[in-house]
Amino acid sequence: MRKFLSGAIASPHFPFYVTAVLFVILFGAGSVMFEGFFSPQVFLNLFIDNAPLIIVTVGITFTIISGFGGIDLSVGAVVALTCMTLAVLMRDTSLSPFVCMVIVLFIGLAVGALNGFLITFFRLQPFIVTLGTMFLCRGLTAILSRDSVPIDNELYGELAFWSLPIGDCFLSLGAIVALIVVVIATVVLKFTAFGRGVYAAGGNEQSARLMGLNVNAIRLKVYMISGFCASLGGIAYSMIMLSGYAQHGLGMEMDAIASSVIGGTQLMGGVGFIPGTLLGVMIQGTILTIISFQGTLSAWWTKIVVGLLLCLFIVMQAIVNEHKNKLMSLSAEGEAKKK
Amino acid sequence: MDMLKKFSRSSLALPLAALALLLLFNAIFVDDFFKIQVMDNGNLYGRPIDILHRCSSLIILALGMTFVIATGGVDISVGAVVAISSATCCVMLGGDISGIPHHPFFLAILCSLGVGILAGIWNGTLVAKFKIQAMVATLILMTAGRGIAQLMTDGQIITVYYKPFAWIGDNIPGVMVPTAMLIALAMIIFVLFMDRKTSVGLMIQAVGINQVASRYAGIKVTAVLFAVYIFSGFCAGTAGLIEGSLIRAADANNAGLNMEMDAILSVTLGGTLMIGGRYFIGGTIIGAITIQTLTTTMYALGVPSDCLPAVKAVVILLIIVFQSEKFKQMFRDRALRKKELKESGKEAANA
Repeated sequence: MRKFLSGAIASPHFPFYVTAVLFVILFGAGSVMFEGFFSPQVFLNLFIDNAPLIIVTVGITFTIISGFGGIDLSVGAVVALTCMTLAVLMRDTSLSPFVCMVIVLFIGLAVGALNGFLITFFRLQPFIVTLGTMFLCRGLTAILSRDSVPIDNELYGELAFWSLPIGDCFLSLGAIVALIVVVIATVVLKFTAFGRGVYAAGGNEQSARLMGLNVNAIRLKVYMISGFCASLGGIAYSMIMLSGYAQHGLGMEMDAIASSVIGGTQLMGGVGFIPGTLLGVMIQGTILTIISFQGTLSAWWTKIVVGLLLCLFIVMQAIVNEHKNKLMSLSAEGEAKKK
Repeated sequence: MDMLKKFSRSSLALPLAALALLLLFNAIFVDDFFKIQVMDNGNLYGRPIDILHRCSSLIILALGMTFVIATGGVDISVGAVVAISSATCCVMLGGDISGIPHHPFFLAILCSLGVGILAGIWNGTLVAKFKIQAMVATLILMTAGRGIAQLMTDGQIITVYYKPFAWIGDNIPGVMVPTAMLIALAMIIFVLFMDRKTSVGLMIQAVGINQVASRYAGIKVTAVLFAVYIFSGFCAGTAGLIEGSLIRAADANNAGLNMEMDAILSVTLGGTLMIGGRYFIGGTIIGAITIQTLTTTMYALGVPSDCLPAVKAVVILLIIVFQSEKFKQMFRDRALRKKELKESGKEAANA
């Protein structure tokens, strides 16, 4: 039993298992406490309501895994900029919504490329650089319009309200896109040379360089992916809000980082698992759903509970890491004895 | 000339140059920028005073942040702690319209500062004892902090009608200089004293460079880390009092919003690197003043408050690029190449 536990803790997916168990417990608790909680649609709503956050969190997870203090604080602001650009483009021009969407995706890529360039070329701290681009994007959004701009394009509205029926339930377009992004990201990180490169760069930059990996190119791509995901998340956000506003997505970067950490990503880089990230977002969503079902609890309890969960996971990670180090030194000792 | 060269290499050169440039811009384009008047009630009034007044809480936060960053960490919870601290004070004083406080004023102030220190102890425990990365550790309080503040105020904005509460942010009757500025000055003097006259500064730098080596050298690394986070919490508590007093209310949602970011920016603008090991108190103070000057300048030019971040971002990105090693290296390389070209040209002429 002890051996089994020790092995489980040492397994690279241990945080993922804990997150999964926690999600089941939370969802189960909600189902026991409230009538009507345990229904497929409530479950699917977790994807529908959190589609933007899921997409954004996938992007931010890439940057965190890539190491060198990797983080992207600009994502929330890029979401706002995307919504606003979409709204203004559709209001002032007769461009098709699809063309507008392509344009905003390029904006996200450009912001990501700027982040990546400053970070890799000048070797600046990602925290400071993306903080700067966060302010930049928020400011640009306000310059486009300081008031809320509604999106009243008919075709766009149809897209926003389109849903895929699954049995008695349905999924929105944003949720489907979010799930596709999760699958693609998982495959890319697990099974492509680029994905392994991202882990290598985050795990030990020096070794990665000596191995012949172009760490700078990897990091540049990683920040472009994050920018792209942020603008894609922005499109999903605009489909929920149907407006552009300078305060959209405020504090989303911190929600995304929290979800990523709860999902087992380590902020030191080199460790992370995209399905865990998805669960991290869904745990936050479940807490929100429980609070809305309960009815009398106030919204700020979400923040406190998420904070507590973060604390739990971070302390757990610290313990797991220590345990791993111990196991490694033990096995090294054993080998030495054998010789 | 030599002095100029020496100065241009010092860490303070860039932040000072940026501030000077901003002030020069103001002197030319904004009317009466440097005019300071004495108001009828004896208070000083004018844009320079306004800038120093508005940035005092930022300076206080940034001072605490400087030490934290010098140890190689970061404290992103200070904005939330500002909200908790101002909520504590306002809840203790109560929102009676008659202006009668529920608890004595000094007790409320002590509690606010105590809450800040408590937050610091929490962060310090996570970072020093559990060895958790500073950004993650303080992220917990950043997420939960505003929730706690809202819990204290019950989601309401509590307005305090007790008169002396406003004195912290504004002037104490009969004193010319705003109290917030005096508090900031006192903090600066305290920090400079600790930096110059005790070995605390040296220990902090040692911990920032190499924790293991510092421990072998006999420095109590855990104690130093603890102290640094507690001081940052104390600074946040003080700033919370000032911020609450400025609006005479506890606004759990907006008090100290994004202030952690401004504080980190002040520290970085001052030349302190995020990797730790070295810090520049003077640079931090100038950095904070630069950020506030930029804000005030933009307001004076009529830029709306929500468009301001864009301008701020461009200036900040430019400054950090100028400060980067790579940029300096590129500059040096160019100068070297020019010199070589000149010399080879001379040789060619001689030949």
